[in-house]
Amino acid sequence: MKRQEWRRHVRWLSRFFEFAGKVGLFSLQVLVDSLTPPFEFVQFTRQLAEVGNRSLALIIVSGFALGAVMTFHTRSTLVMFGATAMIPAVQSVAFFVEIGPLVAGLLLAGRVGSGIGAVLANMRATEQIDAVESLSIDSFKFLVVPRVLACVIALPFLTLFMDFAGLLGGFLSEELSSHIAPTLYLNRAFDYLQWSNFIAPTLKTAIFGFIIGCVSSYFGYTTDKGAQGVGEAATNSVVVSSLLIILADVLLIKCIFFLFPDTAI
Amino acid sequence: MSQTHSIAVEFKRVMKSFGAKRVLNDVSFHIEHGRALCLLGRSGTGKSVTLKLIMALMRPDSGEVWVDRDNVVGLGEQQLSLVRKKLGYLFQDGALFDSLTLYQNLAFPLSRVTRKPKDEIDDVVNRVLTDVGLGADGAKYPSALSGGMKKRAGLARALVFEPKILLADEPSSGLDRITASEIDELLMRRKAEHGTALIIVTHDVHGARKIADEVAVLDKGNVVAFGSVDEVSQSENDVARRLITE
Repeated sequence: MKRQEWRRHVRWLSRFFEFAGKVGLFSLQVLVDSLTPPFEFVQFTRQLAEVGNRSLALIIVSGFALGAVMTFHTRSTLVMFGATAMIPAVQSVAFFVEIGPLVAGLLLAGRVGSGIGAVLANMRATEQIDAVESLSIDSFKFLVVPRVLACVIALPFLTLFMDFAGLLGGFLSEELSSHIAPTLYLNRAFDYLQWSNFIAPTLKTAIFGFIIGCVSSYFGYTTDKGAQGVGEAATNSVVVSSLLIILADVLLIKCIFFLFPDTAI
Repeated sequence: MSQTHSIAVEFKRVMKSFGAKRVLNDVSFHIEHGRALCLLGRSGTGKSVTLKLIMALMRPDSGEVWVDRDNVVGLGEQQLSLVRKKLGYLFQDGALFDSLTLYQNLAFPLSRVTRKPKDEIDDVVNRVLTDVGLGADGAKYPSALSGGMKKRAGLARALVFEPKILLADEPSSGLDRITASEIDELLMRRKAEHGTALIIVTHDVHGARKIADEVAVLDKGNVVAFGSVDEVSQSENDVARRLITE
């Protein structure tokens, strides 16, 4: 029995490393192809609109709601210590440093990751990817690279929208409770925020975008299970990208603390 | 590494396996320019795989696949791109791009791969669409097309580069007899007017009798019969004979 369990663990581990290796090589090919001509500008801008524009409403509404709710909770705690003046600072630091980047990444993994996985898997199942190849067009460069680059470029900007929407939600919530003036709220919000709190966490979302783009493209582009593969690719894209984003976040925070020790409060 | 005869496609001792399952086992055959070859066989005998090997969408485990004057097995992406311009591929369900209109499906490869100006691309697309009887449907999306129209559209796209060799994967599957005959007529006209070599995977013996100069029957990974329809119908191989006559 023990031996069987041991074998099962070994099989699971070997499958895991095989998967990690394949995704790694896939991502490496994305990097190489994104640096070698011809460049797919038209396809890239189309994907940027798909990833960026169409995710904007979701990001802004989520950020706004999250900001408002967070202020409600923060207020009920800080009021006990007579520290309600700190609410704007808590709100801005929390959003710019962690909540904005992480939630924007997870939301995009859900909306865009599943979309990329499903679209590419459907194209594979209906032989559209083979058709692209048969027309003398490099399907990887045409279908995968622009999608990954669009995620890399769009996510930092979407994160900014999320941060400011969160701040706006927080302000309106606080304004209803304490009638605070907008300028005072903004002054207090940015008093404790340094550039390093803002730039590094926002830029780390480019790596989240790379993860979302590569993982979901991998599941969609390499599926061989026909119609069933479309659903699997969509689900796996969301689950694996979300998991990797959270893991990457832990590592990237350590890197940011190492590079900008002042931010490690 | 070049051949100097009129052979359009040649397989030399090609083997292809998927996992433990050997799909093609030492397969050899050839077809000359301007001729039509129908590949017959039961489901899962490697007919579609044969087409994908010709288009180099898959690589064989061993053996050589010659297209015109090039062995596609050893070619890199850039050289493959040149070889693929000589080939047209009609996929089983058309494989049209969902997000593009019919016109865009045809114009897209021309604008990507050639340096033709827009006017010329318009001319080519309209001519090819008219040839297949879809001249008035260029603005439609694939989802708005019937099964027969999708096949015609797939054929039109396969013809935009004026290929010397046309590969067709079950061009008449899922179609009524009359529509299937219309597709067969289009293929035969292509061969007669342009000298295009045709390699057609089909289960439709009626169509094969009409189109094929040669028939190859695949069974258990081997070519078990090769020749004219009459020759194959008198083959000693039971599967080949039954496929043609029953």
